[in-house]
Amino acid sequence: MEMSLARYLARRAALTVFVVFGVTLITFALTHVVPADPVVAYLGDHAPPELVEKVRHQIGLDRPLPVQYLLYLRDLLRGDLGISIMDNRPVSHDLGQYLPATVELATSAMVVAILIGVPTGIVSALYKDSWPDQAARVFALGGTSLPVFYVALLLLGVLYSRFGVLPGPGQLSIYTPPPPHLTGMVAVDALVAGDWAALGDALRHLVLPAFVLGYFSTGLVTRMTRSSLLEVMRQDYVRTARAKGMGERRVVLRHALRNALLPTVTVIGLTFGDLLSGSVLTETIFSWPGIGRYATNSVTNVDVPAVLGVTLVAAVIYSVFNLVTDVVYAYLDPQIRYT
Amino acid sequence: MSTPISIRRSDTLSLPLARSSTDVAWRALRRSPLTLAGAVIVALFALVALLAPWIALQSPLTQDLAHRLTGPSPAHPFGLDSLGRDVFSRVVYGARISVVSGVLVVATASAFGITAGTVAGWVGGWWDEALMRLTDMFLAFPSLILAMAISAILRPSLTNALLAIAVTSWPTYARLIRAQVLSLRSRDYIDAARAQGATDIVIIVRHLIPNALAPLLVQATLNIGGIILTSAGLSFIGFGAQPPTPEWGLMVSEGRTFLMDQWWVATFPALAILLLVLGFNLLGDGVRDVLDPRLRKMG
Repeated sequence: MEMSLARYLARRAALTVFVVFGVTLITFALTHVVPADPVVAYLGDHAPPELVEKVRHQIGLDRPLPVQYLLYLRDLLRGDLGISIMDNRPVSHDLGQYLPATVELATSAMVVAILIGVPTGIVSALYKDSWPDQAARVFALGGTSLPVFYVALLLLGVLYSRFGVLPGPGQLSIYTPPPPHLTGMVAVDALVAGDWAALGDALRHLVLPAFVLGYFSTGLVTRMTRSSLLEVMRQDYVRTARAKGMGERRVVLRHALRNALLPTVTVIGLTFGDLLSGSVLTETIFSWPGIGRYATNSVTNVDVPAVLGVTLVAAVIYSVFNLVTDVVYAYLDPQIRYT
Repeated sequence: MSTPISIRRSDTLSLPLARSSTDVAWRALRRSPLTLAGAVIVALFALVALLAPWIALQSPLTQDLAHRLTGPSPAHPFGLDSLGRDVFSRVVYGARISVVSGVLVVATASAFGITAGTVAGWVGGWWDEALMRLTDMFLAFPSLILAMAISAILRPSLTNALLAIAVTSWPTYARLIRAQVLSLRSRDYIDAARAQGATDIVIIVRHLIPNALAPLLVQATLNIGGIILTSAGLSFIGFGAQPPTPEWGLMVSEGRTFLMDQWWVATFPALAILLLVLGFNLLGDGVRDVLDPRLRKMG
């Protein structure tokens, strides 16, 4: 048993390395279907041809494709994702700067998804097939069906522009001095610095984007909570607890829920990739300085190195999250088949 | 959004025994009013898409600048947009774009997926390993982000957006079909067909694929809502359909500046997106319950 778990983990980790390698192949292939000459794009249309040739040679674009791929891999291993055309800075530097804001937003969104999704799932399971179950289902599926971009605009319009209950786009108000930079996550930095005014302001700015992004992921959390709770409730120990005369509420909350939540919690890891995608629209509308908005800006400016950098990093993050989820799941569920 | 909130490892939908798609659909509709509601919504939108020229009040492109941004009225139930175009007619024609986009992406992705999945499951060995690792690579990309990359490299258009979404959707179908083929290939009726001298191709086309279609149908129904949302989202940020196309996401984007005062410009297309996607999600969710043996037992 132990042996097979270790072998499964080793195989799963090797697979992730392989997938990341494959992802680099795909992004490399994408750079070579670009109709526009990247060197011309970088130097401008009026660059003298000798200069174009020189730069082309410097970057290695005159070498055979396999050699170019190896050079690309070598650069990646050094953390070099190329130079952004937009701001002329290393793409890796830009991503490092914007990633913390996305992590902050995605984590808050996950908290929202859990806070809404788990109770909804419990209600759904307890009242299976009756009207609260149906209502919970529509509520959860509604989140998955809402056009995030419209909801974000509407909430901003009503709660910020019209009534001024919540702050507008961005991470902090312009009057709030930002806390000293530590993690790049403003709320965390404010907390560490003990700057309560900034913390309050940062949290108020987080409310809307986190809610918009989180409600979108609620559907999966609700569904997993519902189905795993229903599954657990059929088990012998739940029947035993009931037979001992324990109240239904106590049976569910003390016994069933604890076991039912494990698969729910692990499956939340899988939604992280969707949160990354979702953050593109949310960050763009809320002017949230994360990699989602960076992606939109770089596509708008046809900044190919930046676009491919974001794509690659998003795919790697996604693969790593899938790996972690699978590993956690394997630990938690002894019945999993290691295939 | 990406094909949202779907567990992207869809081997989970594999079935112990094959059922016909109509049987599955019928059982799902009878079981739950919500599933039925989903089916009705989807059918309504399909009708609107089909009959758009007869339902629309005027051409979706006709401008009436003198009456721009006029609110809903009997003549224009959804009002006029910033160029004086009839929002109702644009929403009606938009149904065509969204329904066709969803169906087109699912058809392309499942055609690729069925081919790859059948080869992987039937031939096995090295082919299986290679194809499955290929699906792993494509599944690693969040679909909206890959779609944006493709849009940056080619040029932003609805076709490129749909192509990009299809590129990230096919692996799901490939895995699903592979799992089905693996579970079906050792069945007695396959042996019987072979004993009667049927060739591999005949067995695959006549016996395997039809029996593997039910879970594929569920997956398609569940995916299609997410696909419509993703392509609307891409159009909203300018990387999908281009003006003056009456595409819902683009229409929301065009109405965003007047949202608080001329709310109808962005709200009606947004409601259309919500309803159609919710319809597909309700339908898919209900059909999945019928197919999920764990939930079926708990009646």
